[in-house]
Amino acid sequence: MAAPTELRLPRYRRDPDGTHPPLDSPGYRSTALRHPEQPLVLLPNQLTEITGPLLGPGRLGELDNDLTRQHAEEPQGQRIIVTGRLLDGDGRPVRDSLIEIWQANAGGRYRHTGDRWPSPLDPNFDGVGRTLTDGDGCYTFTTIKPGAYPWKNHDNAWRPAHIHFSVFGSAFTQRLVTQMYFPDDPLFGQDPVFNSVPDEQARQRMISSYDHEVTRPEWALGFRFDIVLRGREASVFEEEEDDD
Amino acid sequence: MTQLLPTPSQTVGPYLSIGLPWPDGPFVVPDGTPGAFWIRGTVRDGAGDPIPDALIETWQADPDGGFRHPDDPRGEASGEFRGFGRCPTQPDGTYGILTVLPGVLPGEHGTEQARHIDVSVFARGLLHRVVTRIYFEDQDNSDDPVLETVPEDRRDTLVAVKTADGYHFDVRLQGEDETVFFEV
Repeated sequence: MAAPTELRLPRYRRDPDGTHPPLDSPGYRSTALRHPEQPLVLLPNQLTEITGPLLGPGRLGELDNDLTRQHAEEPQGQRIIVTGRLLDGDGRPVRDSLIEIWQANAGGRYRHTGDRWPSPLDPNFDGVGRTLTDGDGCYTFTTIKPGAYPWKNHDNAWRPAHIHFSVFGSAFTQRLVTQMYFPDDPLFGQDPVFNSVPDEQARQRMISSYDHEVTRPEWALGFRFDIVLRGREASVFEEEEDDD
Repeated sequence: MTQLLPTPSQTVGPYLSIGLPWPDGPFVVPDGTPGAFWIRGTVRDGAGDPIPDALIETWQADPDGGFRHPDDPRGEASGEFRGFGRCPTQPDGTYGILTVLPGVLPGEHGTEQARHIDVSVFARGLLHRVVTRIYFEDQDNSDDPVLETVPEDRRDTLVAVKTADGYHFDVRLQGEDETVFFEV
């Protein structure tokens, strides 16, 4: 393939300061030995960074987006529907994009050999889901509301209920793993993971909202959670389009 | 166009291995692919201890330097090359990715990028992924525009070393020989 004289690549905007947690967040003790001490080196986005894996339907099973139907019987706990849109910072839907989630069961216990706190496992709940966004960037999971659980970060520490979300977006630069929280959780104040995000308004963007429209009558409560990835700087081409 | 504010990053936590690994994750190419090799290494913390709850993800061009992606201005590559690898670390902190050498890529301003793989590292205790690049010791890295921006005495943290079945590439999150991490 002939190398063009100059590549015209899309550019992704930097996220505003205070959006993401500092890697060195002393309140969360596990960061102590795991945060780089040297400054990050700026890598102006090139071909490898503005592309990314586009992982398709082949990865999904039929019931991967319904965590309440993956076993012979139903899991314990409050059924919920979690739905929302995956968008870039300009409000464009990210289509056909893989979303993966994992979570604790209703009692706050993960199906993981390392989770030993004395709350029972649920034989009917794995706590793992996957789906693809649709043409509008929408996704939906049916699951049960995860419980809070204690951890040993500080004296009598409890994690607020949360669901882990992993999304790819459409470029390597947009890769994001986050946690979705539930509204009005009384445990936010003492949680160093939630509070590692410096900006108060950015923290609010990790909290889902209760939406009565999303509920399924006589069946499940509903929560809405949109995920916003980095936006692109306007290219010359797009500015010309906007002028039309 | 209205700008929306981005969702913050959070840690994958200690139980990422129930949600993220795939059976075929480490296989960027199927076993038996001609020219395929393993990249193996250990992820370590600031005390030099192996990290058993990390995840390595890789993203790279195909052997001809193409990407199966609509944003590549040179055109979208054809074929089935996935380009993506994912491997959780084992209890001893090790990971392995089976892949092939990516092609040489054009860079900005007429430069040429040496063969490289982009890497994301996730772990308990990492509130945001860290990003690095793998280069290869037996390839010509001398004019790579990204390596040139890295302090010379730290460049070797980005260069995978030849082994019997491929290459060795360790990730050191902190301390002596800390890996170079990039802001992308």
